[in-house]
Amino acid sequence: MSAPATTATAAAPRARRPGAWQLFANNRLAASGLVILAAVVAIVLLAPLLPLTPPDVTDPAARLQRPLAEGYLLGSDHLGRDILSRLVYGTRTSIAVGLSATLVAALVGSLLGLVAGYAGGRTDNIIMRGIDMIMAFPYILLALAIVAVLGPGLINALYAIAVVNIPFFARNIRGVTIGLSHREFVDAAKLSGKNHALVLGSEILPNVLPTIVITMSTTVGWMILETAGLSFLGLGAQPPQADLGSMLGEGRKLLFNAPHVSIIPGLMIFVLVMSINLVGDGIRDLLDPRLKSGALSRPSARTAVDRSRDRGGSHEGGSSLLELHRLSTHFEVGDEVYRAVNDVDLKLDAEECLGIVGESGSGKSVTAMSLLGLVPTPAGRIVGGRVDYQGEDLLDASLARLRELRGGAFAYVFQDPLSTLHPLFTIGDQIVEAIQAHQPLGVRAARERTLELLRLVQIPNATQRLDSFPHELSGGMRQRVCIAMALANDPEILIADEPTTALDVTVQAQMLNLLNRLRKDRNAAVLFITHDFGVVSEICDRVAVMYAGRIVETGPASQVLAEPAHPYTRKLIDCVPVLGEPQRSLDAIPGLPPAVNRLPPGCAFAERCQRAVDACREGDIGLDSIGGRREVRCLLPMIEPRVGDRT
Amino acid sequence: MGYYILKRLLLAVPVLFGLTIIVFLIMAMIPGDPATAILGSYATPENVARLNRELGLDRSLAEQYFVWIGNLLQGDFGRSYTLNRPVIDEVLERFNATLILAGAALLMCSILGLLAGIVSAVHQFGWADRVITFVVLIGISTPSFFLGLLLILLFAVSWRVLPASGMFAIYGGGDLPDLLLHLILPAVTLSVVATGVIARLTRAAMLEVLRQDYIRTARAKGLSERRVIYRHAFKVALVNVIPVIGIQAGFVLGGAVYIETVFQWPGIGGMLVKAISTRDLLLVQGGVLVVAASYVLFNLLADIAQYMLDPRLKL
Repeated sequence: MSAPATTATAAAPRARRPGAWQLFANNRLAASGLVILAAVVAIVLLAPLLPLTPPDVTDPAARLQRPLAEGYLLGSDHLGRDILSRLVYGTRTSIAVGLSATLVAALVGSLLGLVAGYAGGRTDNIIMRGIDMIMAFPYILLALAIVAVLGPGLINALYAIAVVNIPFFARNIRGVTIGLSHREFVDAAKLSGKNHALVLGSEILPNVLPTIVITMSTTVGWMILETAGLSFLGLGAQPPQADLGSMLGEGRKLLFNAPHVSIIPGLMIFVLVMSINLVGDGIRDLLDPRLKSGALSRPSARTAVDRSRDRGGSHEGGSSLLELHRLSTHFEVGDEVYRAVNDVDLKLDAEECLGIVGESGSGKSVTAMSLLGLVPTPAGRIVGGRVDYQGEDLLDASLARLRELRGGAFAYVFQDPLSTLHPLFTIGDQIVEAIQAHQPLGVRAARERTLELLRLVQIPNATQRLDSFPHELSGGMRQRVCIAMALANDPEILIADEPTTALDVTVQAQMLNLLNRLRKDRNAAVLFITHDFGVVSEICDRVAVMYAGRIVETGPASQVLAEPAHPYTRKLIDCVPVLGEPQRSLDAIPGLPPAVNRLPPGCAFAERCQRAVDACREGDIGLDSIGGRREVRCLLPMIEPRVGDRT
Repeated sequence: MGYYILKRLLLAVPVLFGLTIIVFLIMAMIPGDPATAILGSYATPENVARLNRELGLDRSLAEQYFVWIGNLLQGDFGRSYTLNRPVIDEVLERFNATLILAGAALLMCSILGLLAGIVSAVHQFGWADRVITFVVLIGISTPSFFLGLLLILLFAVSWRVLPASGMFAIYGGGDLPDLLLHLILPAVTLSVVATGVIARLTRAAMLEVLRQDYIRTARAKGLSERRVIYRHAFKVALVNVIPVIGIQAGFVLGGAVYIETVFQWPGIGGMLVKAISTRDLLLVQGGVLVVAASYVLFNLLADIAQYMLDPRLKL
């Protein structure tokens, strides 16, 4: 079912992607982080040129001046030192120490990661176990132990923070290196006689460099924060040397009388770390392709309906149980519009089994999902038409009404039973839940009913199976569970979306028999979606063939199978192998369906059709009756319309 | 179940040994000669040699380790020379206070972080998501030691509604309400960064889960959106976030060092900082070992919780 969305994304053109820098600048948070960071770095670098009082000059007469005092823009501390000047030089120290720690960690960590990933085997094992051991310590605790041994001091704090950050680099770099070390160009370099060090340096290192940069950009903020933390505790910078942390730590003693002495350096750490984090996040988002296309968007509870471009006009509901009229569902990705379902008309009568047949991407699943608003939005959007269920347009129904129908009068069975069943709930719980969503039954009664359902779909040892998890069942059993769940509230309409495609051939036949029997026993109408005409002949009363989002032929299944009118239907039928006729030619259909964001004018199948004439590639071709209950969207149908029947 | 816990416990043993090896190696890195450091630079060579023999420093590193670990296993962590009492007594006493603080912070960051992450994901790109994302960004960029000072200024100095330091009131108090009152500020401060991290990852996990087929199935069953999100989606997201909570335990236990210093909480963190400045290395070693071991146990708990929630792990 996810096919339309994925093909849509895959088919998206790559050429018009904005450049990396453009994307980064578009990320307002990251851009503002960069601006702040650049400003801070510029000020700090230019510090010696700025008209500042030297940071260590004391003035006992001007102790603890408030900010904005005469000559002291940010006030002075307990020794009468200018806080602004100390702030600039403290920031300078903090950045220098944080950056140095990052470089040390990056150097050592990357080296370990490179060697471990490249050498593999025992070397890898020993190095990574050591790394694991370091990571088994609470982050800052190990740094404390190292400082304890080396003694307090800024340089020792630098080493300590670098050591505890080595694992991040080692693990990331090792991961990338492992992937690279089996690639052809590395093998080629080895064969050309380069020694290991040379291969690592010239072939692998350039390729892991981006990873190193990303890891640096995401850890440097932490390292500045943590070195400041050690200084705050009095274990880093020692007076008279000062970084932001030690300024904060010293100022803390005056918290109640002169809070500005500690608040100012504290704010500076915050601004610095936040701007670095913003830039780091921006870089990471840039290099994480999943975030680009908005693919991580959350589907909402129902498909958005937008009738602003509706060309459907008014239409009164007919006599059928369910009627689709000019239903159109599009996927909008960026500027591209994928017309997955395009003006589809369908009728489903009570107790009828209608097959919707087509290749993947033809829009058949999306049609079925659109009925009750199950197409994921964003991306998916119903842009017009009606879905008449007993005279009610479901596209206008409230979410509450849709919920009443979902699993009630309408029930779905999806393609892959492993991914459609919840992995963490027992199948009993999942069916009980489906029952209780629509019937006021207690747990005990609902479980009884669940047992009946499981027996109905012929699950052996139903009582024990009730407490099984989906992964404990075979594929066929899982699909039986899905069918049982769909039948839980005696639906009027069962929508089966390729329910047999993911199953073994032998199981497929069982499943078809089961579905056929159940629908007859329970007088349910079935909308059966498949790409397989073999399946259609087994179960369907009527069939609708879809191609590129449109219905191209409908009619009674037996007639369409015997005498297809549309060339595409002919091709689809020819794809079905027939048992006992090995000499029959199995024709694959040459070519591919058109991308539904670039539909040609005229017949979408014309490009693949041997019978196509020029007229096929112009104008809209209607779905015309060819007598009986048959309709075809073709200028040159393969059977003659019965005279007199044509409307 | 019992088998799994046993297996995980056994797997924790080599990790614990690894911790001791690293701590031992770090302690062996002390620059210069420990005996000279202890006795002072005026000590006679004979005295230095004797002390070295007493400390076992004349033996090989491996031998020293086995003697040392043997003592540890018997509960002998040495004697703190500044406090003049067995290290293990001091450490265990203070560890209680750290555990209360870290436990409260972990509880808070788990609940708040998960909730914020869910709300953020459910209202993706809405105003709630923007506000939460922004607050999280600020939260994880704020140094906890600075935040602690700000909170003291606000709640203890300006508004005088919460105590600024200690675990109990000096006069009277000592009961649970008193403890809780003293716990609020440090626990909140300690939990902020972890809350942010958990919220971010919960958001990402929820967004990932909400795209899955089984969520569509849940909706196709006609379940309410609340049930879809809080039962079907959240359970899977939780399974993915639990290991992160385990890792956050490490940041919380480590971060307690700052918070205990700022709020004068009588835990191990404050003790460590003092012990480092007085060079009471045995005390440092004992404190680090106990906290690190408790981190291993926290991760063990996270593993077991994940195992209990995810039946697929029982294969």
